[in-house]
Formats: sequence, structure tokens, C-alpha cells
Amino acid sequence: MAEHRGRKPTRSWAELVPPVCAGVLIVATLAVIVFIAERGLATFLVHGVSPREFFFSTLWKPDRPPEAGGPALGALPFIIGSVLVTGLAVLLAAPLSIMTAFFIVEIAPSAGRRIIQPAVEILAGIPSVVYGWVGLSVIVVFIREHFGGLGFSVLAGGLVLAVMIVPTIVSVATEAVRSFPPEAKEAALALGSTRWQMLRWVVFPAVLPGLITAVILGMARAFGEALAVQMVIGNTHTVPRSLLDQTITLTSGITLDMGYTVMGTAWNNALWTMALVLLIISLFFIVLSRTIAKRGVLR
Amino acid sequence: MKSKTADRVATWAFWLTAAIILAVLALFVGYILYRGLPVLSPKFLFGRSESVRAGGGIGPQLFDSFYLLCLSTLFTVPLGVGAAIYLAEYARPGRLLELIRTSTETLASLPSIVAGLFGLLVFVNLTGWGYSLMAGALVLTLLNLPVMVRVTEDSLRAVPSSLREASLALGATKWQTIWHVLLPVALPGIVTGVIITAGRALGEAAALLYTAGQSVGALDFHNWDITSPRSPLNPFRPGETMAVHVWKVNTEGKIPDIRRVADGTAATLVLVVLLFNVAVRWFTHRLRRRLQGA
Repeated sequence: MAEHRGRKPTRSWAELVPPVCAGVLIVATLAVIVFIAERGLATFLVHGVSPREFFFSTLWKPDRPPEAGGPALGALPFIIGSVLVTGLAVLLAAPLSIMTAFFIVEIAPSAGRRIIQPAVEILAGIPSVVYGWVGLSVIVVFIREHFGGLGFSVLAGGLVLAVMIVPTIVSVATEAVRSFPPEAKEAALALGSTRWQMLRWVVFPAVLPGLITAVILGMARAFGEALAVQMVIGNTHTVPRSLLDQTITLTSGITLDMGYTVMGTAWNNALWTMALVLLIISLFFIVLSRTIAKRGVLR
Repeated sequence: MKSKTADRVATWAFWLTAAIILAVLALFVGYILYRGLPVLSPKFLFGRSESVRAGGGIGPQLFDSFYLLCLSTLFTVPLGVGAAIYLAEYARPGRLLELIRTSTETLASLPSIVAGLFGLLVFVNLTGWGYSLMAGALVLTLLNLPVMVRVTEDSLRAVPSSLREASLALGATKWQTIWHVLLPVALPGIVTGVIITAGRALGEAAALLYTAGQSVGALDFHNWDITSPRSPLNPFRPGETMAVHVWKVNTEGKIPDIRRVADGTAATLVLVVLLFNVAVRWFTHRLRRRLQGA
């Protein structure tokens, strides 16, 4: 916006409102970080649990009495569970979503815009508990009947999360593919490439940073999702040995126990530490996607 | 010849993925509606919920969902539009702008359970309100602000600069231009933002478990005294939304007809989402027409 020099700008008190609103955004973000960190660090600072125990021990006995050695707060099962379901979800969703993005932009733009994109938007809007409920009443039952086990499993969690993150990955990846300049495509075609060769060797490498950003955002969503996973994963404090085993994640652990523990106890504070881990990982994902986006050829 | 075959195979693969996406959506929505629609009746939608007996409805949950939605919209819209005006019309490139962008991004990717825990610390405990709709509404605001800001900023930036210049040339101040020219033109975009955030607010559950609470309490739907703890309108009473209800009956429900209640509630949620989706489409279409007509 051009400023009007040479004329005294008439200011109104209302002009104070926009900067204040923007300030609220900053203050709220800082408050979230400070409050969660203050609580989350108590496990290490107040209860004297070593970070090594918290991150690398699988012994989770948060209510063990002092005679028996006090609470054991090894959060490794939660961390492994989160990583496994997230990894599985990304493995399933990423190829499908990236292909869909190419379909929308390059293969069938009109069907893409009129049918696939609206479909993806509807998937994006479905509440996560509804995903969890369908996972519980269909996927868990299906796994129990056809693969054995209880049905509550890493596999069920991964499948539910995969469906949930497809819309996130598709929408960001579609933007990335669309940003590719048409002249370069025409040049490739004019040199005699087939459409597949052009997509594979010209468009794909150029938009790869954008596609990776899309996958990271999907990963972040999967890692932070709580209830849908919690409903289908069984929530046992064990490290799974197969895809059909039950496990627990950081988010589902917090959801289950936060209501039953007393503020200030070691158990309760361990849950806050898990929240802090979630927060740090989501910040890490932001930094990662920014770094990759900056490396992009097209930006 | 070989490259032609590869091209054909690839094209088939792309069509197949698109078909898979459509099939997933159709199966998903189809299944929920197939199971849930037969449950829906006025008695289910508006009836009292039961905690141990069968035959309960979701009346209070339906009310709480929309009431919470209205409360959070009350905070989200002014804050979001204000911040968007700042970003689109006032902010200059620099440290401050970077800080605002980073904050927005951080809030946008905040796991909702973490936002809920922050709400538990600040809006539930620190304020002394306890589990309350107000605490839930503030957490929803926190989660929805980034979306509201982005959508509003985009629609403000889409307003043709000829309109800004015309208004300034006629002697209007910058604020008059924003208030009387830019905002009205961008209005359909802002409404789109409101509907998108409303859809997210209706579906959110993890952030509400420990802020708005997981029970509806004993509500008296004839009591409109906003300060009474039994009045549905009291913003400082605990409340349970439909999304939380789906989770709650499945994890801790003692009713014998969990399946029926969950199916019906899920179908109601999906129907509302579909409705909102259509509304967003309509308003985006209007915004485009208005901008082109301008």
C-alpha cells in the first residue's frame, strides 16, 4: 500500500485494533509454549527423572509406591507407538496422495476440479472422532476377523490415520504441482517426451520440495491426532512386535490418563512432558518444511 | 514403443488412484449415512441423552455443539479479521511480520490435544472457571484463528487495487477505505472463513475433553436466566459436544445402545459437514463473481 506523504494522514482510534489482534496471535503462541514447557519440564526438574530414563526406558509404572522405588516414567512405548502409526500412515497415504495431486493437475484437470478436489475437501471436513468410530466399528472388526488378534492394532491406527491425512497431503501437493510453469512442460513435450516421461523427469524433480513439504504436513497431522488413534489402537503400554499388536501413542496416553491423575504428581507431570514432546515435534516439522520449501527450484 | 507403453500404464495408474480416493470417500460417507440415517428422528435429535439406559437422544449435545460454535465464532471473527487487516494492509516486511507468520504457523500445526491442555491450565484452572463452555470456546478460537486469518487475508489481497486507489483518490482515509470498500467486497471470503472454522469447531473433540468437559449436566431448557448454572445459555457451565459424545460413549459409555447413539451422532456430524461444504462452495462462488464484477 502506498503511503500518502505530503498530506497529514487522518488516524482513527479504530486503526489500533488490527495491530492489537495481530499481537494477540504472538502472545497466544508464546503463552502456549511457555505454559506447556513450564509444566513439561517439571518431570526432569522437580521429580528428578533423567531425560535418558524418560526417552529410552520402556518401564512405565507411574503409580509405583515409594517403597518399591517410586514412579518409573519410561515413555519409550508411547514414543515408539506414535512413530510407528505415523510412519505406517505416511507410507500408505503419501504415494496415493501425490499421484492424486498429479491426476488433478495434469491427467484430468476437469474431472479433478469438479469431482476429486471436492471429494478430498469433504474427507478433510469429516471430524476425527467419526474416523475413529468407523475405524472402531469397521476396520478393527475386519482385522480381528481376517487377520486374527484383537483387531485393536498398529495396523488399524495406521489405516485410520492414512485416510485422515490424505486430504492434507493432496491439497498441499496439488498447489506444488500447479506451480510448475507450463512452458517447461510444453518444451519437454515438444522434444518428443510422452506425458509420463515429462511428468517423471521434468515436473516431478522440480516440484519435489513442495511434495516433501506436503508429506511433512501430513506427518505432523498424523503425529498430533489423538482421539481417532486412541479409539482403535488398544492402548497397552507395550512395544508392539507386529502390525497386529496393540500399542499406545503419546496423544492417546495423554487423553486416557489426564482426567484420572492429580495435578502436580509425577504421573501427571509425565503427561505434560509428553505434551511438550508433541509441541516440540510439531515445531520441528514447521522448521523442516520451511527449510525444504526454501530449497525449492521454483521459489 | 516401450515409452508409449509406460505412458499408458502410468495413465492407468493415475486413474486408478483417483478411483481409490473416490471409493474411500463413497464407502466412508455411505457407510456412516447407511448406519446412521435410520437412527435419526426428532426424538433422537432433540431428546435427552441417557447415561445408563437405552433410548437416549443427543438434544443437549446438539445444543452444546452449536452454542459452543457461536461462542467461539464471537472471538474468532473479530480477532481473525483484525489480524488479517493488519497483515494485508499495514504490515511491512521485517522481523515483526516474520514473528506473526511464525506464530500463525505454530498455532496452525498445534496438535489439538496440546491446545486442550493449554486451555486446561489457563482457561480452566488459572481463571477458576472450571470445565466450562467459555474455556472450550477460547481453545477453539486458538485453533481456528490461523485459518480465519489466512482466508480473510487472502480475500482482502484479492480485492483489485483499482478499488483502493479510487477510494483514496476520492479523499477517503485508509481506515475508511478498509471499512467501507475492502471489507464489504471481501465479505463473501470472510463468510467462507467463518463456515470453514465453524466446521472445524463442530468436529473438534480432543481439545474440548479437558476444557468444555465431557458431560452436559442437568440442564433445564425452560430456564433462560444466563447466570443460572442450570440454564443452557450459561457460558460458564460445563458442556459436551456431539463430537465429544461419540468418543465418550465409546470409551466410557455405560448405555446398552452405544452403537445406535454413536451411529446417529456420527451421521448428524457428517450431514452438518456436508451442508457446510455446500455453503462454502456457494460463498466462494459469490466472492469470485463479486471480484470479477468489480
